[in-house]
Amino acid sequence: MLAEGIFAYLAAAIIVLSILVVTRRNPVHSVLLMLLLFFHIAALYLTLDAEFLAAIQVIVYAGAILVLFLFVILLLNLKEEMVVSRYIGPWPLGLMAALGLLFMITLSLRSFVAGPSGQITAALIKTETHTKVLGKILFTEYIYPFEIVSMVLLVAIIGAIVLAKKKLRS
Amino acid sequence: MIPLNWYLWLSAVVFIVGVAGFLTRRNIIIMFMSIELMLNAVNISLVSFSSFLNDMRGEVLVFFVIAVAASEAAIGLGIIIALFRNRATARVDEVNEMRG
Amino acid sequence: MDSYLLIPFLPLAAFLINILFGRKLIRDNAHWVSILAVLGSWVVSVITVEGVLHGNTVNRDLYAWISSGGFKVSVGFLIDPLTAVMLVVVTTCSSLIHIYSAGYMHGDKGYYRFFSYLSLFTFSMLMLVMANNFLQLYFGWEAVGLCSYFLIGFWYEKKSASDAGKKAFIVNRFGDFGFGIGVIMIFLTLGTLHYDAVFASVKNLIGQTVTIHLLGVQIDLITFIALLLFCGAVGKSAQLPLHVWLPDAMEGPTPVSALIHAATMVTAGVFMVARCNPIFSLSPVAMNVVAVVGAVTALFAGTIALVQNDIKRIIAYSTVSQLGYMFLACGVGAYTAGVFHLYTHAFFKALLFLCAGSVMHAMAGELDLQKMGGLKKHMPVTYWTMLIASLSIAGVPGFAGFFSKDEILWLAYSGPSPVGKFVWAIGTFVAFLTAFYSFRLIFRVFHGKFRGSHEQEHHLHESPKVMTVPLMLLCVGAVASGWVGVPQLLGGGAHFTEFLKPVLGHLEGEGTRSEEWMVMAISIIAGLSGIGLAAFVYLREGDLAAKIAQNFSFVHRVLWNKYYVDELYDAVIVKPTIWTAKNVIVGVTDGKIIEGVVNGVPRLIGRFSSRLRNIQTGMVQQYAAVMAIGAFFVIAAVLLWQ
Repeated sequence: MLAEGIFAYLAAAIIVLSILVVTRRNPVHSVLLMLLLFFHIAALYLTLDAEFLAAIQVIVYAGAILVLFLFVILLLNLKEEMVVSRYIGPWPLGLMAALGLLFMITLSLRSFVAGPSGQITAALIKTETHTKVLGKILFTEYIYPFEIVSMVLLVAIIGAIVLAKKKLRS
Repeated sequence: MIPLNWYLWLSAVVFIVGVAGFLTRRNIIIMFMSIELMLNAVNISLVSFSSFLNDMRGEVLVFFVIAVAASEAAIGLGIIIALFRNRATARVDEVNEMRG
Repeated sequence: MDSYLLIPFLPLAAFLINILFGRKLIRDNAHWVSILAVLGSWVVSVITVEGVLHGNTVNRDLYAWISSGGFKVSVGFLIDPLTAVMLVVVTTCSSLIHIYSAGYMHGDKGYYRFFSYLSLFTFSMLMLVMANNFLQLYFGWEAVGLCSYFLIGFWYEKKSASDAGKKAFIVNRFGDFGFGIGVIMIFLTLGTLHYDAVFASVKNLIGQTVTIHLLGVQIDLITFIALLLFCGAVGKSAQLPLHVWLPDAMEGPTPVSALIHAATMVTAGVFMVARCNPIFSLSPVAMNVVAVVGAVTALFAGTIALVQNDIKRIIAYSTVSQLGYMFLACGVGAYTAGVFHLYTHAFFKALLFLCAGSVMHAMAGELDLQKMGGLKKHMPVTYWTMLIASLSIAGVPGFAGFFSKDEILWLAYSGPSPVGKFVWAIGTFVAFLTAFYSFRLIFRVFHGKFRGSHEQEHHLHESPKVMTVPLMLLCVGAVASGWVGVPQLLGGGAHFTEFLKPVLGHLEGEGTRSEEWMVMAISIIAGLSGIGLAAFVYLREGDLAAKIAQNFSFVHRVLWNKYYVDELYDAVIVKPTIWTAKNVIVGVTDGKIIEGVVNGVPRLIGRFSSRLRNIQTGMVQQYAAVMAIGAFFVIAAVLLWQ
């Protein structure tokens, strides 16, 4: 009963917070609400025995990405944005498209059938710790994708610098 | 025990909120945050699959998604800065150079 | 030894070298390459001809050119007495004119181009005369036509020159069309194109007829083939009615006029008729057509030449007239006499042109007779050489032209041809005309007072050695080339006729010695009286010529306008063609159908895409919405499919 209660709280908070994030006029408010949202998602991961992911959810998302967003917002002078309409002109169309998609997803969820189970049970994770189990699989079976992701990050760093720097030649 | 479907429902709703935000908001920064929201929605379902099917692969995928999200945020925000520098706007409906 | 292969391929090599490297590397030294090559082939020709004199003829297939089912053609060479004569003519004239050109074309910006074309021409002409089958003959035939086009339009910036080039090419198309069909007919009926086989089996066609369905006429097969071949000759050798291109071809540089449009290429028609004598001899109708066309052309062109004022045009009409003479000879069966005249004509006509070029050189490009006069003291070498050439063409005894012309006239008079007497009468009259206009030219240009401007008079000078030496060498040919064919009547051996007998046969004139003397005397009198009349009219002071022109103004006008042939063609062929092109081809086919399709399709696409591009609003969210809708349908499709 306790688990259901916790889930209900987290789910409700996540949905409400996400709606708030996309509807705030002031982007700073959105970012702060999103921070709260990410903590709740991290908590949800904890209920699913994924401590490591919960940790990086907080560290990477909340700690790095959101701070980046915040910096950019502060960098740009967005006073003008505060007065104009938040939504684009044909926003009802966008909303309709999103709701249509939701309808389809619910339809497909109804016919969802789970696949076969694996070996890594909750009991195993409890004895081995989540980080170790994830690390083992990441550095053996997924070593190449892992290395490639490092390249992606490197490219992203260079790309961000190139995009954001002022032009050297005028 | 909470059924898997509940998590998936939650994920679907959060995803659709992200979609709706992306499709309707005018501020390009909020649109980026909507994208992060969608990625997180997918992460929720991946983690729940992983947990319910006793298989680590979903969580590995989440790990990669977070890495890509970080890259995407860096690049995207770089683009926003470049855009703002050139056009002095963060309103996406004013940027339609690609109009045919 | 296959050294004769060098004869055509040395000039080809020179052409390739000049055309590939001329522009950047060789430039003003282009003449060395070409002259050395053509001199080389001259030397080899002389050696080869020496061999032919000793009976060493060659008939050899080099390699199979086309082999397709029953159609077999090879690149092959035939060197018999006829080819030997042509080799002498072509390589000798070509060598001298190459050397002359080095002086004449000096400083032209297309110098290397000129020499590469000249070499290509020499190669083509040699391939033409050395061919041992009809297809290779046709190849040479078209290739010399192409070179002629290149060289007439050599100064292509000048509109008249490029027009003249096009005219030559198009008019030749008419003749070559017939020639091509003739070659095809030979293959269809005899199954081969090799001279040997064709001439051996052409007798089998006697009595066969062919029906031309288009006209509903039945015609003797051999006559049909012969006339088709003669079509080609008419075009290439500028006979009536396709003569119009040759006078215009004088727009090209003068050495080209001398080499291509006097000495060699235009005689290809005569060569071809002579070469095909086994075919022509079997068809009396075709023979008579050839003789009459030749005679009429000779008269026609000779009369036009009387009144023209452009020195190169006068010589061009003279060429047409002399070519008519050669056909006249072939038509009465005197092939040897025709080829003999071809051979002597090459020397004195090339000489006339080169002298004209020398005069032009001195007059800074001036061509009008009326602005010349008294050039004798300024350019003695040109004067004397041109005088000798004119004496030769006028048929003064002792000079080359006399012997060949006399032989033609005698054989026309005495031969078995039914039209012989008729063409003899015309030929004799033309001999008179020829003497008259040739000396009109001499007297107007070199005698009397200078009628041009002061600057021109100041500029007058003799041409450089590189030009006068070829003149003098050709002069030797213009005098002496006839001596190989002195008739028996004058105590000669008629060696030329004997030499060609194996290929062309020999026509014995039937007549007494006194008749022969009479014919000769008449032609001498005709020539001398022409010279005398010219002297009477043009050497005296006063405007006798102008008075005559006034009194016979109608005749003068007709001749001055060249019998209005160009105008006639313009009205009958050119205008209707242009009209059709404009109104039918451009107006309907091109304008409505082709452009309709070509423009309609893009316009349709344009209209469609201008609608379609409205989708591309540049709004990111719209694209994303479309993506979302797409995802909606994809999921729907997957769910429904399950």
